[in-house]
Amino acid sequence: MILIIAIGIALMLIGFWGALIRKNMIRMVLSIGIAETGLQLLMIGVGYLKGRTAPILDSAVPFSQALQRVVDPVPQALVLTAIVIGVAVNALMLTFIIRLYEKKKTLTISDYRDLKW
Amino acid sequence: MIAWFIGVLGIAMIVGALAAVHLKQTVPAIIAAGIVSLFASVLYLLLAAPDVAMTEAAIGAGLSTVIFLYAVYKTRSGESEK
Amino acid sequence: MIKRAIALFLVLFFGYVFTTLLLNWHPWTELIGVARYYVSHELTELGATNLVTAIVVTYRGLDTLGEVTVLFLAATGVSVLLRRTTITLPSPGSKRQSSEILHTATRLLTPFIVMFGAYIFINGHLTPGGGFQGGAVIASAVLLLFLTNSHQALNHRILKTIESLSGATYVLVGILGLFLAGGFLDNRILPLGEPGRILSAGAIPIIYTCIGLKVGTELANILENLRGPATSPVLEENEGQAQ
Repeated sequence: MILIIAIGIALMLIGFWGALIRKNMIRMVLSIGIAETGLQLLMIGVGYLKGRTAPILDSAVPFSQALQRVVDPVPQALVLTAIVIGVAVNALMLTFIIRLYEKKKTLTISDYRDLKW
Repeated sequence: MIAWFIGVLGIAMIVGALAAVHLKQTVPAIIAAGIVSLFASVLYLLLAAPDVAMTEAAIGAGLSTVIFLYAVYKTRSGESEK
Repeated sequence: MIKRAIALFLVLFFGYVFTTLLLNWHPWTELIGVARYYVSHELTELGATNLVTAIVVTYRGLDTLGEVTVLFLAATGVSVLLRRTTITLPSPGSKRQSSEILHTATRLLTPFIVMFGAYIFINGHLTPGGGFQGGAVIASAVLLLFLTNSHQALNHRILKTIESLSGATYVLVGILGLFLAGGFLDNRILPLGEPGRILSAGAIPIIYTCIGLKVGTELANILENLRGPATSPVLEENEGQAQ
């Protein structure tokens, strides 16, 4: 519904703003994580149909009525994948930050000038 | 009725996200991001997506917060600036 | 200052783009396209009552294989980068041991949490749940052990064996689908059975069990690498005596 999509868009914009404005590397990764949460909320919100229920076929939703009573299950499958990949990539980015900190003892991204031209 | 509830949760999530971006210290910001994930899990339940709600609660609000806290613990020496 | 202005302009520009998209969007009233085919043909073709599980494991099985690969690569990357070649002593600070209540409660709760995680991925094709949720719950049990006991170390040989065997079994089941059924990762290599029972939906319980064990051990491995080396009990005793 429209309210959920608006919340998702707001979260994505806040996360994007945080990733651009912070200098501490851990805060940047945190803001990217918030943007990912907003995007996943937007995808589930697009797949929701009004008045329908969860895509589980049991005694409440028999198979003959499934087509009229079930929300869209495809965005849920995609978001399931996206959440797990998000946490894996976050863990890897934080590992890079830990190793960079051991070399130079600073968490500010403007102190790393090795690749600047 | 449900729309009011979703509105309140949405406002709480946006306030939590703004806190996670703008707070001075890192550990309260990580807790605020965990709260955003927790409210997102409740919203998934209201949107008839129980699988996604379970995954977000276990991974987003649980393991992701702890992984961030471990990273802060390993890089600790008084870093709490912009 | 100029950087903040550019960042603000970019955020406002994307906000304008998204708002324009949102205002021209109308909610759907019925299922269309691929979702319509999946929902109408799922129970007769695959036999699982959890539609999301059926889509994740069989209809979109290659995406799940890619996701398991990405998680494996991330866990390997964390292991390689955080490998300790020099022993570093833990930073000095008041390492107070946990109280008796915490130790006893952890020992009572951990088997039940692991059992709950196993229940979630074994029943993935019947009720909401599945491999990823069950694996995350098992990793939470390992996290509880780490938080209350700083001497806790994991047996790397067992973790390595479980992870490799589950990953190899997942791909082998997929290859069996090539020879015995319609294609790669087809779940009709085993009989479909009656929907609603544990042994139904062909190979979906086997695939989700392998995924659940693999994800659980990989997340536990990531957590152990991020925690660092476990403190030795002998060191704690000496510190207590020196005080």
